Amino acid sequence: MTVLLRGDDLHRSYGPTPALRGVDIEIGEGEIVAVTGPSGCGKSTLLHCLAGILRVDSGQVRYRDQDIGLWSEAARSKLRRTDFGVLFQFGQLVPELTAVENVALPLLLAGSGRREAREVATTWLDRFGVADLAEQLPGAMSGGQQQRCAVARALVTEPRVLFADEPTGALDVLTGEQVLTEIIRVVRELGTSVLLVTHEAQIAAYADREVTLRDGALDPTGLGAALPGSVVFADGGGVA
Amino acid sequence: MSTPYVLLGLLADGPRHGYDLKRAHDTRMPHAKPLAFGQVYATLGRLERDGLVEQSGSDRDSGPDRTSYALTEAGREKLDGWLTEIEPPAPFVTSALFSKVVVSLLAADADRARGYLVAQRAAHSARLRELTVVKTAPEVSVGDVVAADFAIAHLDADLRWLQTTLLRVADLEREVHS
Repeated sequence: MTVLLRGDDLHRSYGPTPALRGVDIEIGEGEIVAVTGPSGCGKSTLLHCLAGILRVDSGQVRYRDQDIGLWSEAARSKLRRTDFGVLFQFGQLVPELTAVENVALPLLLAGSGRREAREVATTWLDRFGVADLAEQLPGAMSGGQQQRCAVARALVTEPRVLFADEPTGALDVLTGEQVLTEIIRVVRELGTSVLLVTHEAQIAAYADREVTLRDGALDPTGLGAALPGSVVFADGGGVA
Repeated sequence: MSTPYVLLGLLADGPRHGYDLKRAHDTRMPHAKPLAFGQVYATLGRLERDGLVEQSGSDRDSGPDRTSYALTEAGREKLDGWLTEIEPPAPFVTSALFSKVVVSLLAADADRARGYLVAQRAAHSARLRELTVVKTAPEVSVGDVVAADFAIAHLDADLRWLQTTLLRVADLEREVHS
């Protein structure tokens, strides 16, 4: 499998508190990788760094074999608009915009015409079963409907990589499962790579592979838990 | 053991012969261990002995034994009782996972127990992924989803236990050897 995105020896701290302490990770073309671990293990920070939202303190984030840390903010911003899609636990839809306007937004930012953007956005709303809500404001929708719109918005540009941070964390179990199943089907069709951050084993099981973090470092046991007395984890300390 | 009751349930809407019962069982109970023919006939024999089913006809034209069985009134009452009866939440912990951790500490040490927990976790995660693929496949039946959900929920519970136990192994070892 061709590696699309990789992080090499990633370090990132918030003030004096280290969040990532030398993480290596690879995501192949079309591969779905889950990042798991307990709260505060650094998984969201890792997602933000790989997505080019946060800069790393040291180490390299390489996308299609280019070190995006060397790019200007404008170039990284363009990359996030064209090649990356981002999805968070709470949809983060713009409350003043209707569903179709929200989904059309990334296309407009990428330079599409208004009419074309609305047409494409409508097909994406349809794909996630919420086309009849196109003219609704987010406030008038259920959590599941909002998240479906957010998914449509994250995928409308057909990104090469989808970064999903607890994408179903705010939904009830059944709705979350439906939304996640729909996401997985669509990304498989498109061949989109996914970095799926979750603390739940049942969600991680949707991925091809799972990487576990503990205290900002990879945990090869996959348990994300301290191993008292173990040499590997003898340096465990408090981490954001 | 619920197999006799599953067979009684499959007979609730009319007589069936053994082969038909086996097929219906395997369809309705996906991911359960498939029933062996021998087990079907042995179970039917016991149910007949106990007056819960009766032979309702025989058709030997088409080859092997095609004896049909029907639910008796007593069988229907027995089935009804089972469906209403609350299953006692397991009073004793008998899982092999739990036993292995304790025995690892008795027979070896915490490292042995940890090694087991880590390896078991990997096996459970792999199975969880397989079942997730099954339930998210296009055109999957609701029966398959419900069966996979049941297995997934139990694997998930085991995984949570594996994780917390890993944190407690050192304390458990001290207690076991105190």
